[in-house]
Amino acid sequence: MATTETTLVHARASAGLAPRLTAARAVLKFVRTKPLGAAGAMIILGMLAVGASAGVLAPYDPYHADYGQQFSRPSIAHWFGTDEFGRDLMSRIMYGARIALFVGFTASFVGCTIGGLLGVVSAYWGGRVDLFLERLMDILLAFPQLILALAIASILGPAVQNVVIAISIPIIPRAARVVRATALSVKENVYVEAVQALGAARPRIILRHIVPNVVAPYIILVTAQLGGAILAEAALSYLGLGAAEPTPSWGLMLSGSALSYAEKAPWIAVFPGIAISLGVFGFNLFGDSLRDALDPKLRSR
Amino acid sequence: MRTYILKRLLLIVPTLLGAATLVFVIMRVIPGDVALLILGGDQGQIDQKQLVAMRHQLGLDQPLVVQFGTWLWGVLRFDFGKSLWTGQPVVDELLIRLPLSLELALLATMVSVIISIPLGMLAAVRQDTWVDYVIRIVSIGGLAIPGFWVGILCILLLVIFFGWGPPLEFTPPWINPWLNFQMMVWPVVTVGYRYAAVTTRMTRSTMLEVLREDYIRTAWAKGLAERSVVIRHALKNSMLPVITLVGTEFAFLIGGLVVTETVFTLNGVGRFVVDAVAHRDYPVVQALIFLTAFSFVIVNLLVDLTYAWFDPRIRYR
Repeated sequence: MATTETTLVHARASAGLAPRLTAARAVLKFVRTKPLGAAGAMIILGMLAVGASAGVLAPYDPYHADYGQQFSRPSIAHWFGTDEFGRDLMSRIMYGARIALFVGFTASFVGCTIGGLLGVVSAYWGGRVDLFLERLMDILLAFPQLILALAIASILGPAVQNVVIAISIPIIPRAARVVRATALSVKENVYVEAVQALGAARPRIILRHIVPNVVAPYIILVTAQLGGAILAEAALSYLGLGAAEPTPSWGLMLSGSALSYAEKAPWIAVFPGIAISLGVFGFNLFGDSLRDALDPKLRSR
Repeated sequence: MRTYILKRLLLIVPTLLGAATLVFVIMRVIPGDVALLILGGDQGQIDQKQLVAMRHQLGLDQPLVVQFGTWLWGVLRFDFGKSLWTGQPVVDELLIRLPLSLELALLATMVSVIISIPLGMLAAVRQDTWVDYVIRIVSIGGLAIPGFWVGILCILLLVIFFGWGPPLEFTPPWINPWLNFQMMVWPVVTVGYRYAAVTTRMTRSTMLEVLREDYIRTAWAKGLAERSVVIRHALKNSMLPVITLVGTEFAFLIGGLVVTETVFTLNGVGRFVVDAVAHRDYPVVQALIFLTAFSFVIVNLLVDLTYAWFDPRIRYR
């Protein structure tokens, strides 16, 4: 009887000390304590909105070449001007947001998921499996991200889905590292020992007991990789290994023609770059603040 | 220290072997016939005889195990075969382009260190003031701006306002320093600002950690001047992680050079990679990918050894 009372008191006391945050409150707290992160979130939401409603918002067809309108300066009709085919730059940038977001999200999701699972398996299995996977990740880490992506993209050929593969592979070892470290400490918890004693199979323990506890670092990882993935997509497309013409990819819009018409139409080389920088800036700001907010180790700082 | 060096040297052998294997796997095992790609067969009709000849030339008609052995043996002797595009040995082609890239990488690293360490230090010492916020926003912004776009903007401004483009022919600094400077300054800015952003953030966070140490409190308590506490006590002790970062970033610079050299049409190693990919010059591509990994492993080793030299605790782990 006495024990149940004390646990009740404890439960009440801890409830009083740290009220469970509702989703709305958590968001409010995030905005209040992390203004920079909130600004990043606004940029991301804006980008998502523009990408989602590009079909409605865009004033022109992004693929429609209008040879009467080549190299138009930014004006009321064409806010960001037109390119060498007379295509409206603002419409192309709006549709470009779709590609950047698609590649960014899928590449970092695929890379972090595969890497995260490998990290968990590596940490939980231990022994030879761990040794082998760790070595493999070390080897993958020896290749600079862009070089590895470049090599993979060159073999797969230029196409959006190949870019996703090329960008996600270099993310795998980076994600595996982080998740493995967290999983190692989760593994030491008593409840893991308890389910082991109950005779649960390894895959079950991993999926039901370890994976849920590494979700926070996993989410941090995915957001942290987003900006880099968008940058990598831009770089690959710029180098001619990403999306192929006439796809309105931001990186592709800056390649080749942008510089050859530098004097005549500098806006071709300016606006897509602003779009990339702003988008990546938003993701980086948000990712940074999210890490601070979710990572208990950093919270005290 | 000697055992530590030996241990580290032994450890890089499996990594390099693995890297060589991985490059082989990427280039040969991933679906797609390299010979077919080189001949442009994915785009149209192709002469079967030509295809057989090309396969033979590349050694693709041999069993995988033999191909792998040949590749490893070549790697051991630093013989990566000949470029399909120029017919010259890959290593010779590489050596022609190496000085430019090394100069660019060294200068960019130097510039970024000179800018970023004082900035990171300032941000840490003035944490949560407007100075800190400005430095943080600028450094996060620096990471968001793609390198090739900065390069494009540099050229754009130069061409529009000065009607001037950077010289195209590489002049080594020991022949004509001024011409060399004119050519390198914008690429260095383009590559350097990004690394400055990364290093600033790193310096700031390690400085913040060190500033909370007990011996810093002692230094303050002794009544030392701020300059002395920050520079003599804090900066010195927060430099190790920064040195590691600068070292690894230097090794990874080749990734940054790829786009920068393309923007400025500099004939360096980075552009060599892009050209090789565009020309489907697979011997060059696989050699360069392996060599980047190789240089990364070596630089990493050097960084680790420096680290162990400065911090004896590491040697005994």
